[in-house]
Amino acid sequence: MAILHIVNKSPFERTALSSCLNLAQDKSSVLLIEDGIIAATKNDRFGDLLSAAMERNISFYALSPDFKARGLAADRAIDGVKLIGYEDFVDLVENHDTVQSWL
Amino acid sequence: MSEAASTVKKFMYLNRKAPYGTIYALESLEVVLIAAAFDQEVSLVFLDDGVYQLMKGQSTDEIGMKNFSTIYGALGDYDIKKVYIEQESLAERGLCADDLQQLVYEDEDDDWKEKSSMQFISRAQLAEVMSGQDVILSF
Repeated sequence: MAILHIVNKSPFERTALSSCLNLAQDKSSVLLIEDGIIAATKNDRFGDLLSAAMERNISFYALSPDFKARGLAADRAIDGVKLIGYEDFVDLVENHDTVQSWL
Repeated sequence: MSEAASTVKKFMYLNRKAPYGTIYALESLEVVLIAAAFDQEVSLVFLDDGVYQLMKGQSTDEIGMKNFSTIYGALGDYDIKKVYIEQESLAERGLCADDLQQLVYEDEDDDWKEKSSMQFISRAQLAEVMSGQDVILSF
């Protein structure tokens, strides 16, 4: 069943996100937190990576508090990435069979 | 004072990590502020994810961490007049100069006029500046 993948590292620094997307199956979910949210910002060079994954019906979420902490307004998130709060984070974990944290 | 003790060296602090996700950004800032007391020629560089450290409008209420972005504004008072930002790092992240807070210093040689400390330079220019340093500290 569906896995919730959690990525907390910047794609500019680590390969966590690309490794995650290599192994994430269609229709699974990816939650970006901490420095991981950098991948969800518009006009950076990882846009294509996310679009390709979205075409495979992978759902993207990013933790809104981590956006705000880095001075990033909500409108900087790539279309299709859902900004969520901690309570939604809990719901996501509840609604998936497995949680895989990519450290 | 011995000759060695009065020698001024060029210190460059490289900031390459986003704030909050790791402790590097805050630690660098603390070291810079401490080192500023030693009257050396100090410059700061923000490149790679380090450019996020200077983002305007940081709000950390919801992550339960101290927002230290306001402290950068005090660098000018510590006589730090050279802050380099690599243009390529901004561009790769979809950011521009306007997204960053303004850092200034007061020029004692020019009637204490407030001047910008920030220099937006290319990767090639940064390489040049870097090669002229005595000490480079990486965070």
